Amino acid sequence: MSYDPIDITLIGAKIALVFFVILTLAAYLVFAERKVLAWIQDRKGPNRVGPFGLLQPLADLIKLLTKEDFRPIGADKWLFYLAPAMAAIPAIMIFAVIPFGAPLTVFGHSVELQISDLNVGLLLFLALSSIAVYGVALGGWASNSKYALLGSIRGLAQLISYELSMGLSLVPVVMLARSFRLSDIVAAQSGCWFIVYQPLAFIIFLISIAAECKRIPFDLPEAEGELVAGFHTEYSGMRFGLFFVGEYINIIVLGGLAATFFLGGWHGPWLPPVIWFSGKVLAFAFLFIWMRGTLPRLRYDQLMHFGWKILTPLALVNILVTGWWLVLRG
Amino acid sequence: METYLFYILAVVTVIGTILAITEKHPVHAIVHLVTSFFSLAAIFFLLAAPLIAMFEVIIYAGAVMVLFMFVIMMLDPGRTDQAGRPGLRQWLLPAILGVIILVSIGVLAAGYVTAPHTSSAITVREFAVTLFRKYGVAIEIISMQLLFAVVGALYLGRRRAP
Amino acid sequence: MKIFSDMTALMTGMWITWKHIFRRPVTIQYPEQRRQPYPRYRARIVLTRDPEGGERCVACQLCSAACPVDCISMQPAEGDGGRRYAEWFRINFARCIFCGLCAEACPTLAIQMTPDYEICTRDIMNLIYEKEDLLIDGCGKSADYNFYRHAGIAVTQPRGNGAEELPPVDVRGLMP
Ligand code: SF4
Ligand code: SF4
Repeated sequence: MSYDPIDITLIGAKIALVFFVILTLAAYLVFAERKVLAWIQDRKGPNRVGPFGLLQPLADLIKLLTKEDFRPIGADKWLFYLAPAMAAIPAIMIFAVIPFGAPLTVFGHSVELQISDLNVGLLLFLALSSIAVYGVALGGWASNSKYALLGSIRGLAQLISYELSMGLSLVPVVMLARSFRLSDIVAAQSGCWFIVYQPLAFIIFLISIAAECKRIPFDLPEAEGELVAGFHTEYSGMRFGLFFVGEYINIIVLGGLAATFFLGGWHGPWLPPVIWFSGKVLAFAFLFIWMRGTLPRLRYDQLMHFGWKILTPLALVNILVTGWWLVLRG
Repeated sequence: METYLFYILAVVTVIGTILAITEKHPVHAIVHLVTSFFSLAAIFFLLAAPLIAMFEVIIYAGAVMVLFMFVIMMLDPGRTDQAGRPGLRQWLLPAILGVIILVSIGVLAAGYVTAPHTSSAITVREFAVTLFRKYGVAIEIISMQLLFAVVGALYLGRRRAP
Repeated sequence: MKIFSDMTALMTGMWITWKHIFRRPVTIQYPEQRRQPYPRYRARIVLTRDPEGGERCVACQLCSAACPVDCISMQPAEGDGGRRYAEWFRINFARCIFCGLCAEACPTLAIQMTPDYEICTRDIMNLIYEKEDLLIDGCGKSADYNFYRHAGIAVTQPRGNGAEELPPVDVRGLMP
């Protein structure tokens, strides 16, 4: 198979751009979260480093890099070092299939603003998010600490349970778009966003992704009131940083997916598509931060009950109803 | 390019599987097995079967192995690195079975004529049509069986009256 | 329906936090804006003098005994005329919790709390205050109080001349 050098360059440029944008965005999401939480609590938030505190992420990075790289006694060396990467890398890999803008034309080449238009893009997302579970599980297990172990057991159970309802809530989307390809799903929403047809699926998906990225009210794996910091209790320095950044990357990616599946992806009137897409992602990020500032944490049995006995059956019923509707409509 | 990738992935798969069998520590064995599943999925992808590749990761690496891991973490298996290897007598039956499998693979491979290379990947639609039209009955039987298994598990796990 | 009341509850919470986003923050930007504490604020401790300029502290150890974290220590001594004072007096502010129990225990009102809260330093040894650092040239609160004017012993005035004090009784003069 032969490759056009311009195509390869363009793909490389897209990967570099996406990588840079996502990492920067994740760092600033941490900052935004601290700011918004501060406003919610009538405080000012970080405002010392640089104008309005805008250089705070840089200061955090320097702090994390200069911290001691600590490994507890009895920890499983390889898995302990591997786990943070396993938490962060799948999250960023999912972005490869998300279309973040309408196709452009550069030097006579039509460039899709999407790294890889895989025909099973939606399944790739499910596969990678199920791999991300290993970061939580191995990180907690390898630390040789009871808090970390408890956190990762909780995390495992939670992520498996909510992955189910997340996957099931996406089935109606596939049924409507008749494709697993994310660009087809976006194209199918050029007229009407799927949230209009599938409000229930959207709500189930939203709740499930909140649980998937372990955000309040589903932050049981790292419940700081009970488990110190849960599965990453024993991590320090940049390894902790990887877990931390991975979580924010996850928010961005899952927000992007929610926008793609239900809010029409980059479709929107007047403004350029990329702006629409980033606006939707940031809206989801804000929603998560806002939820964190408001809601209390669920109890573990409530979490399991909610996932298995409410969300999953609802998603199944939703699939059934959508199927009937599609058949009746012909 | 694809050939080199295939060989690299094949080596990773085989080594991962061997390590998963010989590793005494269950969690390490799971990690090796997941690695092998992952490269296997990539091989499926190279063979123009992306759907199978994704299911390999979602179901085997993402669900089955995670459940194994969950169980191992819940029921601390103790010092497995001090456990002895099985004796020669236990190796006998697996060895016979292994030889049978290897021989049959060899016979099949020797008589196999390479099919003409289909350049396009199998689409999800083709896959679904084959699965549910051609093998529809088999699928239904398997799903019934899974249902029985679920009911059985529920029965076993029910709360007994005190 | 329970689900509707639950959802209303969630929405109410979200609405309240939303409103708070636009509130004026209550933060005081410390090094630039300082807050003036109230006069009775409990921070750095001082040893005060009486109106005549003598040291109020009589080294009775009551403050030391009252201190829950045992951060006051001293060496009592006696000067001319039987006036007691502390040879050295030390407060370890690295341990002090600023509870004010010492000031409450003091019978001479010598030890007092001041509103000066900016005493942190980088070296913990700098937080050990000796008598020279503690003793001030003023009376602090209760400016006109002088313990020896009320005490029944002859240090600043002969016995019987203090405030609220009757002349001593001549026990030998009580003839029938
Ligand atoms: S400061 Fe007051 S309580 Fe403490 S020794 Fe001096 S007189 Fe006694
Ligand atoms: S304020 Fe409390 S802790 Fe501090 S010296 Fe006085 S009694 Fe001790």
